[in-house]
Amino acid sequence: MNARLAAAWALLPEYLGWHVLLSASALVLGVAISLPLAVAASRSPRLRWPVLAGASLIQTIPSLALLALFYPLLLAISALARSLTSHGFAALGFLPSLLALTLYSMLPILRNGAAGILGVDPAVKEAADGVGMTPRQRLFQVELPLAAPVIMAGVRTAAVWTIGAATLSTPVGQTSLGNYIFAGLQTENWVFVLFGCAASAALALVADQLLGLVELGARRRSRLLTLAGLAGLAVGVALALLPLAGLGKPGSYVIGAKNFSEQYILADLMAQRLQAAGASVQRKEDLGSAVAYRALAAGEIDAYVDYSGTLWTNVLQRTDNPGRKPVLDQLTAELKRRDGVLVLGSLGFENAYAFVMRPDRAAALHIASIADLAREAPHLTLGSDLEFLSRPEWKAVQSAYDLSFRTQRSYQPTFMYRALSGGEADVISAFSSDGRIAADKLVVLSDPKGAIPPYDAVVLISPRRAHDARLLAALKPLIGKIPVEAMRQANLSVDRDQAKASPAEAASALRAKLGL
Amino acid sequence: MAGAIELSDIVKRYAGHVALAGVSLVVRPGEFTALVGGSGSGKTTLLKTINGLVTPDAGEVRIQGEATGAQAPYVLRREIGYVFQEIGLFPHMSVAENIAITPKLLGWAPDRVAARVATLLDLVALPKDVAARAPSELSGGQRQRVGVARALAAEPKIMLMDEPFGALDPLTRDQLGGDYRALHERLGLTTLMVTHDMAEAVLLADRIVVLAAGRILADGKPAELLATTADPEVRALLEAPKRQADRLRAKLAGEGA
Repeated sequence: MNARLAAAWALLPEYLGWHVLLSASALVLGVAISLPLAVAASRSPRLRWPVLAGASLIQTIPSLALLALFYPLLLAISALARSLTSHGFAALGFLPSLLALTLYSMLPILRNGAAGILGVDPAVKEAADGVGMTPRQRLFQVELPLAAPVIMAGVRTAAVWTIGAATLSTPVGQTSLGNYIFAGLQTENWVFVLFGCAASAALALVADQLLGLVELGARRRSRLLTLAGLAGLAVGVALALLPLAGLGKPGSYVIGAKNFSEQYILADLMAQRLQAAGASVQRKEDLGSAVAYRALAAGEIDAYVDYSGTLWTNVLQRTDNPGRKPVLDQLTAELKRRDGVLVLGSLGFENAYAFVMRPDRAAALHIASIADLAREAPHLTLGSDLEFLSRPEWKAVQSAYDLSFRTQRSYQPTFMYRALSGGEADVISAFSSDGRIAADKLVVLSDPKGAIPPYDAVVLISPRRAHDARLLAALKPLIGKIPVEAMRQANLSVDRDQAKASPAEAASALRAKLGL
Repeated sequence: MAGAIELSDIVKRYAGHVALAGVSLVVRPGEFTALVGGSGSGKTTLLKTINGLVTPDAGEVRIQGEATGAQAPYVLRREIGYVFQEIGLFPHMSVAENIAITPKLLGWAPDRVAARVATLLDLVALPKDVAARAPSELSGGQRQRVGVARALAAEPKIMLMDEPFGALDPLTRDQLGGDYRALHERLGLTTLMVTHDMAEAVLLADRIVVLAAGRILADGKPAELLATTADPEVRALLEAPKRQADRLRAKLAGEGA
């Protein structure tokens, strides 16, 4: 417990720094856009309705979806920019997070801004005209100062929302306090989840109190309080950003990971080897499957581990299954030709989709293969991870065996195993390298028709690093060296409930054991 | 002689009704004129066309002989004092800052502004120590004194007043009215005051202009008007304060007996 808390503390400077940088930038940008809009909306009733309705509409989009939407949008714009000017920009990470959070912060500032300006006593506005102020002087000397407390209340709300929503920028590749929450949820490290929640809540609370001081200053017309609040904010942001100054040096390698334990362990393994060779490494974790490959192809991450079947079906959109070696060979040739992506080779184990049941249940229903499963499926419930049901592999299996379940439910992988042991699901879509299969003595159903493609874990290198000697030297020795038993054990050490290891510890143990 | 304020054929329509149906009026320098009439007669609209708070649909406004359409309205407003019933003191500024606003907009030097604020506080009979206070800490009468001081700050020659004392209690109102009339004399101002109170108009003004339904119904010195008008409405308006005074006298005498 103490070790996990210590691990969480060690990550805090980096996570907090990014979180503060992201939320503060989004808030500043949000205020800069919303205030002029609020002024315009307060001046023109015709503009007011569409502006406020538009901001409300954005607010109804779930914040995670808003973040997710910006990635493909920016990717397209970046591709366009690259084709026009031969300069693209990073579509992953900071930029999509910043844009989504900025949009998200606008509604309270807009709404309070317009209400604050419209709420200024008409007699005072008439007096401002009467004493000979220009419209601009009236705005800056009378209306904005009088609306300031209401506007500040809106900024406070926006700050709290933004800081909370910024935890969701982790899946689009931006480090934030959300890294604790997403990684903790995957590896059942509740210390991390609670730590992330507490850190984010504490940050929101501090920002809210300091902005509250500014608001009080505006309300009481006390310059001292306003300045104290602003100074507190400035000092807080500066302190939080200090640890970032040493990070993100150009030339550092960016290692990606999708959102499950094996990916964290392998990313740590690669990062540790690079660091041992003296390179500096950045991490982008919790990426979605499709996001990870596109980010690699675009050069936003330099290396990550993917699975041959995933690339075969999702990237090449193939539905046939010529066998393990031909899939790998064709993939290597095809990805190089298409995107310039280097397939460095297979790590030596497969992590395939597998249908898995509890032994007692499988025995009672006489199920040993997916063909047997198809017979009983109309009475059974399938538990799957969040992606599986929308993936082409599922459609391939479904049509090959004519599978049709009574109900289908999606879970986080962790909860999927809980559902299976608790009987809420009769069969789950598991991963063959998952240590929990052996630990729980689960039955893996055979695939007599070969509907599920092979899933060799392969190291992918981005086009711009395809000839990077240092990177290749660090990662090549891993090829073919990790047997599935070793990977299962490493996965289990992270996933189990008792005596959990962190992904970094599991990676170290794996290196020691395999002499890597 | 050229008028301080000259209005010719001013027309103003609002959706559905005519507020001013072609009003012409010349106010001579130094005159204290009261604009009277019932609500909806157009008196406030007429006053606001003079400093550009209302833009007429037709007609011409000339100040000191010059047409006002040529320059930005805020330039004109800095040269004309404006006092209204709601006062509209800036709540986020001190009394001194409120009074100093127009001189500051005109770019006066800080020491000249400070000296002017002190003079004005004196002029409107406010103690020096109110300068640093917020408007919310003052009584209604004190607030309107600040309103008058603010209007006079940039040394205007013309003062426009819209029911300036209407929200005050009778005693304060009487006192403030008298004080302002004295200021009008002392500073050689041209004052145009809107009021619905005929007694106030008769007591303070040299000249009374009666408006009804956007037209001038009568115009003249109070005594002349009463003697010459044939219009029963005007006569009723003018006689109202006298009737009231007579009734008051009779009542008070009856109680005393």
